[in-house]
Amino acid sequence: MSETRISQVKPQPEPGGPERKRSAGAAALETSAVRKYLLSRGNSAIADRGFKWLMILCALSIFGIVVLIATELVKGSHLSWAKFGFDFFYKVFIDPGSKQPNYWDPVNEHFSALPFIYGTLVSSILALLMAVPLAIGVAVFLTEMCPEWLRGPLAFLTELLAAIPSVIYGLWAMFALVPLMREYVNPLAVKLLGWTTLFDDTNPTGLGFLTAGVILAIMILPIISSLTREVMSAVPHSQREAVMALGATRWETIQMAVLRNARIGIVGAVILGLGRALGETMAVTMVIGNSLDIQRSLLANGNSMASVIANQYAEASSDMHLSALTEIGLALFVVTIIVNALARILVWAVTRGAPARVN
Amino acid sequence: MKAGENKLRSKVRALADGVATGLAILSTALVVAPLLIIFGYLVYKGASSLNLDFFTQIPKPEGETGGGMANAIVGSGVVLGLASLIGIPIGIGSGIYLAEFGRGTKLAETVRFTADVLNGVPSIVMGMAVYALVVSPAMPFSALSGGLALGIMMIPTVCRTTEEMLLMVPHAVREAALGLGVPNWRSVLSITVKTASPGIITGCMLAFARVAGETAPLIFTAFGNAFWSISLFRPIAALPLSIYIYANSPYEDQHRQAWAGALVLIILIVAAVSLVRWVTSRGVLKGAS
Repeated sequence: MSETRISQVKPQPEPGGPERKRSAGAAALETSAVRKYLLSRGNSAIADRGFKWLMILCALSIFGIVVLIATELVKGSHLSWAKFGFDFFYKVFIDPGSKQPNYWDPVNEHFSALPFIYGTLVSSILALLMAVPLAIGVAVFLTEMCPEWLRGPLAFLTELLAAIPSVIYGLWAMFALVPLMREYVNPLAVKLLGWTTLFDDTNPTGLGFLTAGVILAIMILPIISSLTREVMSAVPHSQREAVMALGATRWETIQMAVLRNARIGIVGAVILGLGRALGETMAVTMVIGNSLDIQRSLLANGNSMASVIANQYAEASSDMHLSALTEIGLALFVVTIIVNALARILVWAVTRGAPARVN
Repeated sequence: MKAGENKLRSKVRALADGVATGLAILSTALVVAPLLIIFGYLVYKGASSLNLDFFTQIPKPEGETGGGMANAIVGSGVVLGLASLIGIPIGIGSGIYLAEFGRGTKLAETVRFTADVLNGVPSIVMGMAVYALVVSPAMPFSALSGGLALGIMMIPTVCRTTEEMLLMVPHAVREAALGLGVPNWRSVLSITVKTASPGIITGCMLAFARVAGETAPLIFTAFGNAFWSISLFRPIAALPLSIYIYANSPYEDQHRQAWAGALVLIILIVAAVSLVRWVTSRGVLKGAS
């Protein structure tokens, strides 16, 4: 290893020519005592190789973990997979007696992930609708407008938002946000937007998709805004200067030079935020209401893929129940891996060359 | 006519500029507001419920007032200690590989990418995998499985920060060590890693703070325990888990405890994150220059 490291440095042409080289050789002969001493310490090749392989092993263990998660989930879900196949994700079981759809019935072992996929999508999309404009606004303010002395503290505050554990968001939402939604926001939404039939006044609890969406929006804001900030600061200054030199106002500069150049990275940031929202568990579980039905109203109770796992996994009633829950987990795993990979590629496409930052 | 048109247009442009600036400031205010509200609410609710009993007593039976979360605090310590034992060495090792051995190779690219993707896998899925792997066949819910789940979650963060910190160490330092005839492993461990150690410790603390508040994977690994237990092979209480359980309970007194627990947890996490921020803003690699 040391060989390659040194050979990376280009050899400088010797100023003294062959004459000098010979003297260097002579010097090496003279210092053979040093060489002897070094040799007497034993060969470090084995230790070096061992160390290198140990480090490679650590790195490979990251693959191992991903493979392990995948195999455990596939193994765990084979029962449900064998019984329902792809129907699990879209088919609706209609109860012959009551003619009502029966999506999730652990007693009779009818399982369909449809209501949870619906719940996850609805709450995540609501969260994105609220979080994305705000996150981009914050990023624009922090990178382009903010006075220098305010930038550090504000960036720190948005990072703190990311450090608050999910369960504390959930606790706050249960005792502060839910009453607020119940008393003020939901009635207002029904009054103003009731005609869309998306806001139906049937749920007096204050829980539901909209509440979950609000708390999710607060939780994914920091990741979207910090990544957007990163891609925006990767836009070269010459671009801004060029647009400004043409007489553009500040907003026009931001629009034409910054946002347009960073748009792919911003899309990546939004997708990464989506990935977070899809898998977010605790806060959603605490406020989404945990119903096993699909309802049209955004104010209705629902359940997301993660929340149904959190609620039922530890107390699953049968092997089939456990297997169905594991299959939901597997779907969540595959989807978040795809979403995250996509987002990383998009963000890399913009910030390539600029030093990376851990988020 | 032309002049008037231009004047109007520049007024519209100035207005658009002002509106955009206003919106950006407004959105910043809207983002900072929930943070302040949550913190304010937490301090208001938590501080009034916090007392010495909280740190020294175990929970009273449901419905009785009093008691504390001593077992959950200790349990969190045990689980997080286990997680650190698993996550930090593997994370640092893979970080060393990425920065020192794998630079520019395909394998390193893939490892880096996988670590980033692993970072985005929902914590509840980690919990399910660990449950399937450890909990069901060999033993019931245990502290060990909780530690394993959290340890796995620490690896990507530790790995990526370690790599970044090692990349900041100047090449000359490595060459000087190798030039003195120090074996490569020695040079990596006692020169490069040592130079970057403040940054690496920072990364470990960041990962620690992140998993300290994780609840979802603990629901079906550590499971929670209302009594004293520090055994690795039995269900164990953890602070975030107790907050979740208490928040869902019908008793006012347990809500009070949940708020107190949340306050303690958030103080620990904010302290860790602030320390990290302070260390990184001071320029991590002072020893390198």
